[in-house]
Amino acid sequence: MEGPNALLLAVIGVGIMLAGYFLYSKYLSKRVFKLNDAYKTPAHQFNDGTDYVPTNRFVLWGHHFTSVAGAAPIVGPAIAVIWGWLPAFLWVVFGTVFFAGMHDLGSLWASARNKGQSLGTLSGRYIGPRGRNLFLVVIFFLLMMVIAAFATVTSGLLVDSPTAVIPTWGALIVALFVGQAIYRWNWNLPIVTVVGVIALFILIPLGDRFPLSFPDELLGLPPATWWIIILFAYGAIASLLPVWVLMQPRDYINGLQLFIALALLYVSVAIATPTVVAPAINNNVPADTPSLMPLLFVTIACGAISGFHGTVSSGTTSKQIDREGDARFVGYFGAVGEGLLALGTILVTTAAFRTVTEWEEMYDSFSSGGVEVFVEAGGTMVNQGLGLPAGLSSTILATMAVLFAATTMDTAVRLQRYIVQEIGQTFNVKIDMYTATAIAVGICIALTFSAGADGSGGVLIWPLFGTTNQLLAALTLSIVAVMLMRRRRPFLPVLIPAVFVIFVSIYALIVQLGQFYNDGNWLLLVLDIIVLIAAVWVLIEAALAMVRTRHQEPDPEDEEALTEEELLPAGTPRK
Amino acid sequence: MSSWWHRFSAGLREFYIAPYRRTFARAKRDEEDLFMMLVLSEALGVPNPASGVTLELLPEMLDRMHEWHTRQGLDHSPIEGFKCC
Repeated sequence: MEGPNALLLAVIGVGIMLAGYFLYSKYLSKRVFKLNDAYKTPAHQFNDGTDYVPTNRFVLWGHHFTSVAGAAPIVGPAIAVIWGWLPAFLWVVFGTVFFAGMHDLGSLWASARNKGQSLGTLSGRYIGPRGRNLFLVVIFFLLMMVIAAFATVTSGLLVDSPTAVIPTWGALIVALFVGQAIYRWNWNLPIVTVVGVIALFILIPLGDRFPLSFPDELLGLPPATWWIIILFAYGAIASLLPVWVLMQPRDYINGLQLFIALALLYVSVAIATPTVVAPAINNNVPADTPSLMPLLFVTIACGAISGFHGTVSSGTTSKQIDREGDARFVGYFGAVGEGLLALGTILVTTAAFRTVTEWEEMYDSFSSGGVEVFVEAGGTMVNQGLGLPAGLSSTILATMAVLFAATTMDTAVRLQRYIVQEIGQTFNVKIDMYTATAIAVGICIALTFSAGADGSGGVLIWPLFGTTNQLLAALTLSIVAVMLMRRRRPFLPVLIPAVFVIFVSIYALIVQLGQFYNDGNWLLLVLDIIVLIAAVWVLIEAALAMVRTRHQEPDPEDEEALTEEELLPAGTPRK
Repeated sequence: MSSWWHRFSAGLREFYIAPYRRTFARAKRDEEDLFMMLVLSEALGVPNPASGVTLELLPEMLDRMHEWHTRQGLDHSPIEGFKCC
């Protein structure tokens, strides 16, 4: 039986996500979170010109979206289509509507209603003091896995696509130039932007013309190892340099590139209208593929639900929200943006093949799927849609994927440095930034090379990354659910997804535990056990907190609780 | 048209700057603390070969003095004859 047309799937998927935004998010904001534009948001309450600044909602949406969208919504779905397109499609589309959108909106609301405090602080307040420590542990592991996994993914891409080497490293020079042009030479930003983006896209044909790669063996090490070493060195340097030099312009240029790439993907699908050749449900999976339930739900984390989003929502976004009502657009629609990236990946990795046999050749083992397939298949799709040569199209997508993975990696190294310093503080040890960076990078290098010199340890932990990420999401949802219960509001739209996410996370951890034990992979076994303990702990703490709310006086609603100072003065102009 | 362009330009600038506001504020503060230390070094008993120049800056620093010493964890000005509170 012939599969459906990719354009039809795109229209259905985008349609459902938009319906989610226009209908479900409206219900959530009116009945569940009761967003109130009269409430004085933390940005107005504590406006200090640095952390707390009322920001235009379109700008804030752009930030929120680009901060949460990295390589994960590409990697996860590109692996998960191995079970067939239908399960991945359903989980991404309905996950975005009922899980991710609600989660991002809910965490934004929870933080904005609590002086813009982070979820770590909120977990201490609503779930108990142990919640906060748990939070630190989960974040530490999550970042460690992100860094290790993305180092491996990026090195794999650079080995497989030598044409992406020049544009990838050239992008750094473009970013350095943008940073200098803006802060040193005071050039006009729109002009610098146009020049930067054009330079970025000129590098791509250049890379396509001059592929670069390491020799098969250099000083006894394979190319993948060299790339991983270079990437870690880069991550450490980038995280230590002043942000205006590299990270800020790089994030900016990458953000713009994300919008362009997303448009490129969907326009290609719309023009080429290819048929999905992959089976709806794959009954012929390679022998090493784990079972769909529960692994699908942890393989696709970002793009369906991701705890990392809550960290961004409560870390920076909540402090900049101008009106509480903006949380719907910024939080929920930000998740829709990422859902679109995940959906685009599914379409590309299932429809850009001529026959099902060709598709099966690409997916001949569980670990062979992933971002390499996205690059190759995406290249074919852009070639069919926009008529660009296939090699050049692949280089465009490889560059995009490498840049996403690398920016996620350097940001994660920076964040991990802060976490190491924070953990040091709890033990009364002052760790300077160089030592903290060395610790952060050292642990991640050990993890990446734990399964051999080719760095495959980084990819092995991918499902474990998904589980930890989901666990964080569950923790966030429990906080939001407790807040709703205290206000005696409808809490099932939050509680049901929270229970589901905890269930699949624990189930997946147990399945993986057996697998790591059989493989004799002790490092991952230990990590798995730590995460499992954290998961069970979350479950117990959250359940106890929820039971406690039944005996507490309900928190008052706005009409009774908001004082004159907590109301936005009438006539305050919108940003 | 021109107002549209200005709004677009301002939005783009905001998009560039906003995520890093805090980092810059912190770096600026650290730099100012260091500068304050340099200017006040003589008064704190640290020999300063450039004191001829920095002494002239003292009156300029008076406004920022209070904010600085409270941030350093000192309730009152640490310098004799240089009181701000």
